[in-house]
Amino acid sequence: MPKLKKRALLLLAAIVMLPASLCGCTGGTGHSGNDSASAQSGELPKGRSKVPMPVKRAALLLAVIAMLPASLYGCTGSKGSNGNSVTVGIAQDLSNLDPQLAKTAGIREVLFNIFEGLVKAGPDGSVIPAVASDYEISADATTYTFTLREGVTFHNGNPVTIEDVVYSLERCAGSENDGKPLVSAFSNVSRIEATDDGHVVITLAEPSLEFLNALTAAIIPKDSGPTITETMIGTGPFKFVSYAPQDSLVMEKYSGYWNQEKAARLDKVTFKIVPDVNAMVVGLKGGTLDMVVHLPNSLEGEVKDAFTVHEDTMKLVQALYINNAVKPFDNELVRQAMYCAIDVDQIIDFVCGGAGVPTGTSMYPAQEKYFMPELAGNYAPNVEKARELLAQAGYPDGFAMTITAPSNYAQHVDTAQVIIEQLKAVGITAELVQVEWESWVSDVYRGRDYQTTVCGISADDMTAREMLVRYMSDNQKNFINFQDEEFDDVLTRAMAATDEEEQVTLYKRAEEILNEKAASLWIQDLCDLVVMKPELDGFTFYRTYVIDMSTISYK
Amino acid sequence: MRKKNWYLTIGIVLTACMLIFIAVGFFWTPYAPSAMSAGDRNGRPSLRHLFGCDSFGRDVFSRTLEGAGSTLTIALAVLAVGAVCGLVIGALCGYYGGAADALIMRLCDAVAAFPSVLLAMVVLAVTGPGKYNVIGALGVLFIPSFARLVRGEFLKYRDRDFVQSARLMGVSDLRIIFVHILPNIWPVLLSGLTIGFNNAVLAEASMSYLGIGVSAQEPSLGYMLKDAQGYFFTLPWCTAFPAAVVILLILGVGLLGEGIRERMGVAS
Repeated sequence: MPKLKKRALLLLAAIVMLPASLCGCTGGTGHSGNDSASAQSGELPKGRSKVPMPVKRAALLLAVIAMLPASLYGCTGSKGSNGNSVTVGIAQDLSNLDPQLAKTAGIREVLFNIFEGLVKAGPDGSVIPAVASDYEISADATTYTFTLREGVTFHNGNPVTIEDVVYSLERCAGSENDGKPLVSAFSNVSRIEATDDGHVVITLAEPSLEFLNALTAAIIPKDSGPTITETMIGTGPFKFVSYAPQDSLVMEKYSGYWNQEKAARLDKVTFKIVPDVNAMVVGLKGGTLDMVVHLPNSLEGEVKDAFTVHEDTMKLVQALYINNAVKPFDNELVRQAMYCAIDVDQIIDFVCGGAGVPTGTSMYPAQEKYFMPELAGNYAPNVEKARELLAQAGYPDGFAMTITAPSNYAQHVDTAQVIIEQLKAVGITAELVQVEWESWVSDVYRGRDYQTTVCGISADDMTAREMLVRYMSDNQKNFINFQDEEFDDVLTRAMAATDEEEQVTLYKRAEEILNEKAASLWIQDLCDLVVMKPELDGFTFYRTYVIDMSTISYK
Repeated sequence: MRKKNWYLTIGIVLTACMLIFIAVGFFWTPYAPSAMSAGDRNGRPSLRHLFGCDSFGRDVFSRTLEGAGSTLTIALAVLAVGAVCGLVIGALCGYYGGAADALIMRLCDAVAAFPSVLLAMVVLAVTGPGKYNVIGALGVLFIPSFARLVRGEFLKYRDRDFVQSARLMGVSDLRIIFVHILPNIWPVLLSGLTIGFNNAVLAEASMSYLGIGVSAQEPSLGYMLKDAQGYFFTLPWCTAFPAAVVILLILGVGLLGEGIRERMGVAS
């Protein structure tokens, strides 16, 4: 009986939605970009053919009605994945699958399941041995010695040899990229050497305590670099099966995984790329998705009754990142005024239902050692002060600006909308420009052609360095174009520090400088919702931006 | 005794009501359409907020008023571009005929062969979203249907006796086209306009729904629907009211067109 009731409700819903679907045609799934969506929306009749309009409309209505049962079946009948497999909805396309290349967090969180480095991230934020069974760091933090674990095999069945390791590390350091390191921390490497069949020694030019985290970089088979994005052979608990751009990435359990205790419990996992959050919710309800990661908090109400919802923070810093090189944002006073004009708590309330954590600088709370919660209080919302600062800067009447936001991340778009409202109070008129994820990466992040943007930045290797180094004047990831000598100096000293306490102090000083200069308007570590079918179990949040699928299983 | 023309009556009443509703929105909204209010988040429809509030605490009634206004403006502008250009092209082609006519009509066929939303998406992908870009893109795409409609009518009239006589009397071609023939095709054009208007409303709504139309600051009805679809079950009012406005507007104008056709005795 409940099933019947559900169907009746859905029928009702479908009828109510008719007008919407008439306007939108098949738009529900069609938001995935200008290329893929067009084919579907093209079906919308425009009264151009010779069929009389009323007939045509009737036909359209008929078509929609005819489609109803199909969509009803979609809701109750079919199952997204069969057997011991799971389909996961992710918001972002995986543009470059090279596991060692500097890449976006959205790709890293997926590849975490396929590739491993000498060491890998543990759930508690530590670094645990993976392809290496053991390691040793010299007292001056310049020599790292790793012992290769025995019995680790690649997904093609070949054992991992020391040649593979040296090849992989050298590739990270730029051996196949004209000497430019693929992993930025490797710019500090002066020598990589295999001492025997079981040991590799890495010598650094400058001492670094954090270099260990960079060794989470993937180990891949020797000479597979040029073809790695197709072969995708790693050592992780899952092996790569296929990748269809803008659609999905499929991986299945690797039975020869070295750590049988932590072997994958699912047979097959499909990451389905769904760039529209609404389509994600529909997918969950319709059964085409078994699990969704990073669902915006505002949609929690839609799913919390029928699904298991896990809540944590995302381990990233969401901010209004400002292009410091562009007028009027090159003026520190303007940035400070804007920081006073926005109300961070209100944003967290609107966008995350109050569940985000204000950061105040480029550091997220899970980095307990370095996080400074007090910085978030430095720019309390204060319209008068903001106006005063603006007047001092020479903009008493405010100015016009644009905020670019990646359209596939509803949290960022929502945040931008709230900021626009808040900035109005001090006379700043901001305009929201929504762009596709790919163009965000190429224009905003790489091209630095923007005024301000809302996005989230995470630390690839869980280090404080990774969160702060992008504010250094000449850093290639400094898309903020922040330039400050004192900051550069403090951070350089911090990165080279061999005493941990001293390092923490210096990093904290660097965070303070950023906060004083209001280099960006850091907002929050977003609330992270992972939604799964109730029959799924075993999800673990990490202290970094990854999804570990190996622990998930059916109850 | 003529049969009562219900289509026309209902159409006029409905259209007038909707136009008044939208016109009010141009001058007055109970709240600022983009003003957010934490206390009213996810509020149900009430006396304070007739249509309820969305997840940002924005008043859906105010947003619907504003959205309907921007949808109407875009639809009318698209219609104006499409109808004026289509009228001129269709009239000239239909009246003169010949090689130019054949060429232009094949061009129109070529444009019409693509689904217009698809083409508009391509155009907007190049120019970027925004109100004026949407108007430009859709307006151009609406030309062929009007051109073809007008040309067909002109073909019908250009060899009629009254046109021949006018020509013999030495009346200039332009005068024949616009003074002698045009008034005769008015009924057909008028019902064509109502259908075109509905298509323009739907096209704008679908473009915004697909996220390539107007930007978030100038909410149109399609954009509101897109925004609200994720909250379909928890905040149904966010979808229902904008959708209702689209339906009623289209229904009204559609009935009006049907009524005009019946009144003028044009076969549909």
